[in-house]
Amino acid sequence: MAFDYDKYIRPGKLPHIWCPGCGHGIVMKGLIRAIDTLGLDKNNTAIVSGIGCASRLPGYLDCCTLHTAHGRAAAFATGVKMAKPEMNVILCGGDGDGTAIGGNHFIHACRRNIDMTYIIMNNNIYGMTGGQFSPCTPTGAKASTTPYGNPDPSFDVAQLAIGAGATFVARGTAYHATQIDKLIVEAIQHKGFSVVEILDDCPTTYGRRNKFKSVIEMMNRLKDVAVPVKAAEKMTAEQLQGKIITGVLHKVEKPEYTTEYAKVIERAQK
Amino acid sequence: MAKKVAFLQGNEAAAQGALYAGCTFFGGYPITPSTEVAEVLSNELPKIGGKFIQMEDEIGAMASVIGASLTGAKVLTATSGPGLSLKQELIGYACIAETPCVIVNVMRGGPSTGMPTGPSQSDVMSAKWGTHGDHPAICLVPASVQELFEETVRAFNLAEKYRTPVMVMPDEIVAHMRERIVFPEPGELEVINRTAPSVPPEQYKPYDTSFGDVPPLAAFGTNYRFHVTGLNKGQDGFPTTKAAWVQAEEERQVRKVEANVDDIVQFEEYLLDDAEVAIVAFGSTSRSARFAVNEARKEGIKAGLFRIKTFWPFPEKQINALAGKVKAIITPEMNLGMCTGVVKGCIDGKAPVHGIFRVDGEPINPGQILEKIKEVK
Repeated sequence: MAFDYDKYIRPGKLPHIWCPGCGHGIVMKGLIRAIDTLGLDKNNTAIVSGIGCASRLPGYLDCCTLHTAHGRAAAFATGVKMAKPEMNVILCGGDGDGTAIGGNHFIHACRRNIDMTYIIMNNNIYGMTGGQFSPCTPTGAKASTTPYGNPDPSFDVAQLAIGAGATFVARGTAYHATQIDKLIVEAIQHKGFSVVEILDDCPTTYGRRNKFKSVIEMMNRLKDVAVPVKAAEKMTAEQLQGKIITGVLHKVEKPEYTTEYAKVIERAQK
Repeated sequence: MAKKVAFLQGNEAAAQGALYAGCTFFGGYPITPSTEVAEVLSNELPKIGGKFIQMEDEIGAMASVIGASLTGAKVLTATSGPGLSLKQELIGYACIAETPCVIVNVMRGGPSTGMPTGPSQSDVMSAKWGTHGDHPAICLVPASVQELFEETVRAFNLAEKYRTPVMVMPDEIVAHMRERIVFPEPGELEVINRTAPSVPPEQYKPYDTSFGDVPPLAAFGTNYRFHVTGLNKGQDGFPTTKAAWVQAEEERQVRKVEANVDDIVQFEEYLLDDAEVAIVAFGSTSRSARFAVNEARKEGIKAGLFRIKTFWPFPEKQINALAGKVKAIITPEMNLGMCTGVVKGCIDGKAPVHGIFRVDGEPINPGQILEKIKEVK
């Protein structure tokens, strides 16, 4: 029997705003399957986002949903989680939202290791505003504000999260659709701040400017550059040139923030 | 039983007032001269099972309190000028998403870093116009440590009653001075809690105006699932660009405060019955003004004081009536004429308005005001 997505979609809110060929819908379906697999109570699940195409995701889901201001998802979500630690808190958004204007909130959520899951849909561009370069746009790429090629070096979102202290970091792609829910399930199950970066595509504002002839070509690129962690272990640096490692990249156990604050309360009440 | 009395700093009183009102969440960022509010609450909130978090920046602090408020908590943040500038982005979010929250902003010199330890009253226009777009504004300007406690309680009440951010703005003098305070007994001051939805979850809409201009707000993590956004929204909380809805919602958000000015606006009239010269002042400056009025009276000059307690909404009606009864109005303030301009704007030219402006980090002393009274009487 086909999976029933309608159980989690708000009636009357589709069609979504995303362009044909955009991978955000694939990620949303992955998130829905993950929520279903884990049996999360919709009443007890907050989905929080910032601003941008990917940040429109919460509006479609029948949960407690919070579409905040540009870059601020992690900070709003921290307030929700601190005030009600028993809630499942899931964040989602794009690369510009999360690593540029929201960079400070992102790294500090990682540092606190607060028990939330952040799904970053990385399509290497500011899509909603029409294709300006983001901190994740590859050097040399064309964007509406890099007509001569992007002079900026780009962030490795997963490495940024690991460096900042996130205790679970995974990477998938919109092409590898069936892997997305598995990564999100593991991320939500992890006690601490978990980051799932999904390499995504924006055919409308990135693909056209960067000589991708079709969505299929963009999707095939995601297929071709992805190397699973296990396979990468057996490859040389030379073989890994231009590849992107996918799967669970980092998983460690460290004290979780709301648990630690519960201890603060205990000490204060002694 | 004798009441509990203490010798308290203004910022400490604000923190105690928040606890009295039922605050269970504080999100903040260190900034002079408001930091003691955070320090006290970092100590007190965990004792009652509440939460304190020091965020990574001022914007994050504002975001955290809005997030916490949506779970049903009464929330507070505290800051000062430069922090207020940063928080404005999300104060606007709290206005449009209609999320109750209280902001204590201790006024120091500005603009920018300005004079971090010097007193000022120059954030009063930021309280109304700091965030972009049309929005409601409530701003309270207490003049003593006791009043800072009480007005913080009232700020929580107004935030919950009108589903909107409320600012408490002591100047640095009120926030940092120490005075005797008599703690109200539990139940002595009114404490207003958020109105819970009266409809079942499947019928709930977060901005359902069939319940009036202030629709009930449900909490995340209960059986009520709803959507919150900073976009213009319809009654169901989802984004809309339908012209009629946007217009109606924008007007309602402002109206819910403007139509209730008599419930919100508080002021004090001192020796105004026969006054020929009226001082209009607020915060610590009003204390110098009261002293000057008393001195003037000793010399036979009919002076009086109109003390603003609620700066926004501004007591326009009362000051307009006052202007019709006096020969002159004097507006001493620690800025270059912010209150003066508002006073002039609401009195239809009925009386001349003489400002006394000081932005050098020194308080306006009674002598300065007395001199002006003699000059204009």
